[in-house]
Amino acid sequence: MEKNKTSKPMTIQIGPAGKGVSGNPSALKFTQLPWADGWVSSDSGPVMRISTKWTRADYFGALRCRTGSLRNNYKVAPGLYAVGSPNSDSDIFVSANYKLSFDYLRRGLDGLNAWVLVLDTKGINVWCAAGKGTFGAAELTRRIKSTGLAGIVGHKRIIVPQLGAVGVSAHDVRNGTGFMVHYGPVLARDIKAFIAARYRASDEMRTVRFPIIDRLALTPMEIRPVMRHFLIFVLSVLVFFGLGREGIIFGRAFSGGGPVVGLAGLAVLSGAFLTPLFLPFVPFRSFALKGLLTGLAATLLGLSVFPEMDAYPRAASLIFFPAASSYIALQFTGSTTFTGMTGVKKELKIGLPLYIASSAVSLILLVLHKTIKWGSL
Amino acid sequence: MKYLIGVATLSYDESACTGCGRCTEVCPHRVFERQGGKVRIADLDGCMECGACARNCAEGAISVDSGVGCAAAIINGMITGGEPACGCDSTGSGESDSSTCC
Repeated sequence: MEKNKTSKPMTIQIGPAGKGVSGNPSALKFTQLPWADGWVSSDSGPVMRISTKWTRADYFGALRCRTGSLRNNYKVAPGLYAVGSPNSDSDIFVSANYKLSFDYLRRGLDGLNAWVLVLDTKGINVWCAAGKGTFGAAELTRRIKSTGLAGIVGHKRIIVPQLGAVGVSAHDVRNGTGFMVHYGPVLARDIKAFIAARYRASDEMRTVRFPIIDRLALTPMEIRPVMRHFLIFVLSVLVFFGLGREGIIFGRAFSGGGPVVGLAGLAVLSGAFLTPLFLPFVPFRSFALKGLLTGLAATLLGLSVFPEMDAYPRAASLIFFPAASSYIALQFTGSTTFTGMTGVKKELKIGLPLYIASSAVSLILLVLHKTIKWGSL
Repeated sequence: MKYLIGVATLSYDESACTGCGRCTEVCPHRVFERQGGKVRIADLDGCMECGACARNCAEGAISVDSGVGCAAAIINGMITGGEPACGCDSTGSGESDSSTCC
């Protein structure tokens, strides 16, 4: 099938508002796309070809997504793209318009001739967008029609990433477009093995795991949101301990508040870093209990380092920080690949009242401490 | 790794099953297993309630109360009185980094 010609590679510039790159290239505005690799012609007009190699910018972008600075604004224009020199018999792979999802897919297609159909998921990855419904049968149907896919390929197979099945209903897509959805492997790097096995994914390829490297990659985004609260907490603690009749005394703020701040840091570490990292090795299935346990260990360790702490702040710390670690660990349920909504609701139903109670009790202890001390301040 | 035991809301009506096997294909945790021309639930506690099986069952034989298993999202839902929803679908407002989900 010689209907596709490719132009020589060049740098393509399109605007963020590009409604699908199979549109008119001259109407596109100026943002550099280093991963663009020329154009291929199709029966529905020119289609942008994309590179299957990651450049330094792609690696850097991926890193910034993991640390949070790019996470919510890392998008590619939805529409149809080409890998290699696809023809009317080439496979179609569907992805989200979160650039990290798109990057993993194009890298997984290295050496193949294929079409890539990017859905508008508002810059959210496949699995999460599928959960919200933006990666769904309606958007897929719309996108198949708007790109004129039926005129570009002569077959009716479309390969959707398996995790997209949360939002895509294969029978609805078939009823709406005639295309048969084949669910591909969970990971784009298994695509070639999937094709070699005649479009069958092994159980291995279909199962979502949660290895330590993935858990580690997710911890910066556990710690980052906590830090904002942490700073407010530190300031409040220092003011509270420094406060006396003559105003705020810095020496006292640090001698009294310092250990409490240290313990708070340990609680963040145990809840947002150690618990996620050592998840399968920390006892209990409940994330709240896991966090409570690591938090208790961290707090006891911390208290042994600060033997000069007064009794009331000691007791308050022992009540508050394990609970704080537990609460923070519970947040990690949002990042895991295996926790369900009913279970998390159950944990919150039991946990939230206890968190509130422990905060209240420790606050009362601190106020008592201050009241007793006030006379001698 | 498995989450809490005995909480998953997954239910399956074997009489409606045609044995097409879509559920075994889309489940990320191998909860379903083929058995004698139909499927059976082999690992209920492995279910994370993502809903992929129910959405892809043309016969409607599967139902599950699906949603995000994310504490921040559920707390969000409690506060707003709506469905559990994470803040990460805001389009670049930067607000969403208060939520860790997705």
